[in-house]
Amino acid sequence: MLHEYDVVIVGGGGAGLMAALHASRGARTAVLSKLYPVRSHTGAAQGGVCAALGSEEDDSPEWHAFDTVKGSDYLGDQDAIEFMCHEAVAAVYELEHMGLPFNRTPSGKIAQRPFGGHTNNQTGKPVQRACYAADRTGHMILQTLYQQCIRNQVTFFDEFQVLDLLMQNGAACGVVAVELATGEMHTFHAKAVLFATGGYGRVWEITSNAYSYTGDGMAVALRAGLPLEDMEFFQFHPTGIFKMGILITEGVRGEGGVLVNDSGERFMERYAPRVKDLASRDVISRSMYLEMRDGRGIGGKRFLYLDVRPETVNRYAALDGRTRPDGTAYRVTAAELLAKLPDIIDFCRTYLGVDPMTQPMPVQPTAHYAMGGIPTTKLGQVIADARNTLVPGFFAAGECACVSVHGANRLGTNSLLDLIVFGKMAGQQAAEFARRESYLPLPRDPQTATLERLAALRQADGRERAADLRRAMQEIMFEHVGVFRTGNGMQQALATIADLKQRYRHVRAGDSGRVFNTDVLEAWELGCLLDCAEVTTAAAINRTESRGAHARDDFPRREDATWLRHSLARSAPGGVELDYKPVVITKYQPKERTY
Amino acid sequence: MQVTLRIRRFDPEKDKRPHMESYVVEAEPTDQVLDLLNQVKGFQDGTLTYRRSCGHGICGSDAMRINGRNRLACKVLVKDLGGTVTVEPLMGLPVVKDLVVDLKPFFDHYKSVMPYLVNDEPPPARERLQSPAQRLRYDDTTKCILCAACTTACPSFWANGEYVGPAAIVQAHRFTFDSRDRAGAQRLQVLNDRMGVWRCHDIFNCTEACPREIEITKAIGEVKLAIATGRIE
Repeated sequence: MLHEYDVVIVGGGGAGLMAALHASRGARTAVLSKLYPVRSHTGAAQGGVCAALGSEEDDSPEWHAFDTVKGSDYLGDQDAIEFMCHEAVAAVYELEHMGLPFNRTPSGKIAQRPFGGHTNNQTGKPVQRACYAADRTGHMILQTLYQQCIRNQVTFFDEFQVLDLLMQNGAACGVVAVELATGEMHTFHAKAVLFATGGYGRVWEITSNAYSYTGDGMAVALRAGLPLEDMEFFQFHPTGIFKMGILITEGVRGEGGVLVNDSGERFMERYAPRVKDLASRDVISRSMYLEMRDGRGIGGKRFLYLDVRPETVNRYAALDGRTRPDGTAYRVTAAELLAKLPDIIDFCRTYLGVDPMTQPMPVQPTAHYAMGGIPTTKLGQVIADARNTLVPGFFAAGECACVSVHGANRLGTNSLLDLIVFGKMAGQQAAEFARRESYLPLPRDPQTATLERLAALRQADGRERAADLRRAMQEIMFEHVGVFRTGNGMQQALATIADLKQRYRHVRAGDSGRVFNTDVLEAWELGCLLDCAEVTTAAAINRTESRGAHARDDFPRREDATWLRHSLARSAPGGVELDYKPVVITKYQPKERTY
Repeated sequence: MQVTLRIRRFDPEKDKRPHMESYVVEAEPTDQVLDLLNQVKGFQDGTLTYRRSCGHGICGSDAMRINGRNRLACKVLVKDLGGTVTVEPLMGLPVVKDLVVDLKPFFDHYKSVMPYLVNDEPPPARERLQSPAQRLRYDDTTKCILCAACTTACPSFWANGEYVGPAAIVQAHRFTFDSRDRAGAQRLQVLNDRMGVWRCHDIFNCTEACPREIEITKAIGEVKLAIATGRIE
C-alpha cells in the first residue's frame, strides 16, 4: 500500500512525539512506530529533565552549558550546547503547561534536585537543576506528549516497523515499513523524513535498554550510504542492577545515596574529591571498574554496593556538610526517600528481594546511552559528510541523532532535555521544509530491497540461530568494547563481528507466517545490531586516546592536539571507512577534566 | 532447575482454534517469565509470538495471563511460581496471534475520555503553580502505563466490551483531579453513562491486577462520587 504525507516521523518516543506535535501544526504528518508509542524507551527514564530555572537556588543557562561542555569531555559542539541550555527553561515550562505532573516545592513551583555533573560554576558544588516527577520523569514525559498528540489528532501508524529509507538523488523521499498485524509492506511517500528511533544498547550483554533498542534507524541510515557520528562513545551507566542491567537512577545519588566497596569505603572520595558520587557517569563507571579490577568488589565479585539507607545518607550528608536551600542540614527519613524513589525501591524488591531502606543494592556498570548517531545540525537536519553537506529532506532527533550536545559523555537529565528541544526543532524544520518543497519521485520498485532482505531471512539454510549470534555479539562487545578498552581486545571484537556477519547469512527465521512475524523482524534487528557494533568498534579502534566514555588502557590520556574531533563512520564493502570533522568551540577552551 | 511452560498458542494463518502446547526450559529462580518465553522463542520454537520491550515492568508491553492472573511477564520471577507455568493471552480482547491481543478497543476507550490536560487560560511565563498537596491528590493515577491488565481482568468488561473499562477511568481521574485542569465537568459527563463508570460494580479485579499497584477501584469510586455530588475535590 502507498501513503502520502508531507512529514513522516519514524519513532514514537519523546523526540518523535515532540517532533510530531510541532510538525503537525504546519504539515500533514504521520508517526510510524514499531511499538505502541507509550511503550517507547523514553518511558524508562527515571531521574529528571534539567533546566536552569533558578527556582530553588541560583543557577544559569551559562553554567548548565559549561557543565555540559565539560561533561562531554570537550567534544560537544558548543553552539548546539548553548542553544539547548538556553532553550531548556522554556521547554520545561512548555512541558508543565502541557500537564506534566512535576513534583513541587512547598511554594508550588517545579521541584528540582541535584544530579551528577551539574554544578554551581562559582562554588563548584552540585546545583539543583534536575526537574523531576517522582523517579519516573521519562514515563510522565512520554505519557504527557502522547496525550497532547491525541488531543491534536496526530496520525499514528502503530506497530509499523520501518525497514528502509528511500532516497532520490541523495535526498530523502520516503520510507518502507511492514505492518506487524498483517505482514503487509507499505511505502510512505514523504517530502520530509524524520528519524527518532533511539539507541542500540542491545549490542551489549548487560544493558539498561529495552529489547526494542536495536539501532534500526542508525543501521538504515548506514545502509543508505550515510555516516554515523561518534559511535565509539557509548555510555555505561554506573548503577545497573547486578547481572540484569536494569537502571537505578542517578537520582538515588542525588538524594544522598553513596557507592561503597567491599571494605565499606565510599571510594568516590578518592576518584572525585569535590563532588564524589555526583561526578560524571563515565568517571564513576571507570572508578567502579578499577575498584572491581583491584579486587575490592563485594566478596571479590564484579559488583559494588549502592547504599541509600537513611542512616547512610544522613551520615555522609553530615560529613559533606550538605544543606537544604533554606540552609538547614540535609537529613532524610525512610518515608521521604520512599516518596521520592518509589519505582527504584519497587525494582529492588521485585528483582533482588532487597529493601533499599534496610539493605544496600548490588550494582554494576550497564550499557546505557549512545552519544553518537546520525549526524545533524542543531536544527535537526541530517548531514552527509565532514563538510556538513545537508541531506535534503532528512532529519533526526533524540538518542539516534548526534548534534552533538553530549560529545564523549552525556550528563544525566540532558537526554530528556535533548528530546524536547531537538524534537521540537527537527519537527519544525521538517514541516517548514515540506511547505517549501515539492514531492520528489519515489525510486522505481521502492520495496524491492526490503523484500529481498526479508526473503533472505526466510529462505536461508538455517545452519545458524539468531539467538546464538546475538549472545556471541553481546558477550564480545561487553568484554572488549565496554567500560575499558584495549587495541588488541577491540581488534578481537571487530574480527568476531565480521565473522558473525558472515554466519548471519545462514540464519533462517523459524516462523514462516505473515501475521505478527516477530521472528523475522528480530532477526532483521540483529542485522542492525551487528552493523552498529561494527562501526562502533571500528571507530573505537581508530581513536587512540581516552576521552569521556571511551577509555583505553593502552592510550589512557586525552590528546586534544590530534583528537579534538568528531568521527564519521561509513559502511563500505571493504569494511568501515572513517572520516573526521572539527568540534565547534565558542566559549570554552578544553581544560583538564576533574571532579 | 527445569520449568514446564504451558502456553496457549494460536496461529491465525493455520489454526481454527487455540491449543495448549508444552515446553521444558532450564531456569534460574531469579529468571523472569519473559526470560523463559525468550528461551522458547530463541531456541525451541521461533513462531512463539508475544509483545515485550523494556523488560522491567515500565512499558506495559508484556501483560498476559500467568497461572490465571493478569501480570507483566517481566515482573514475575520463576521462584514465585511452581514447576509448571501456564501462560495465556489477556481475556476480553480479540487474540491476534499466540499472546498478542488486539489493543485497538482498549486504546479507543482511552481516547474517548479526553485523556489530556485541558486549560485554555493563557499560561503564565513560568509554571502554573501547584501545591504538593494538590500534586498528591492525583499522584496514584499518574502511574498508569496503559498495560491493559486491569480492563482485561474485569468481569464487567468481559461481559460487555462497550464498557469503557478501569484504565480509561483511571486516566480520566488523573486529569479530573489535577488542579490545573478545566474540563472535569466534560469528562464526568462522558463517564456518567451506562457504559461509563456505572458499569463498575466494585469487583476489585482491576486493583488486584494492576502491576503499578494503583488503587483503581478507589479512583473509580472517587469519579462516581464526583458525578453524584457535582463536586470535584
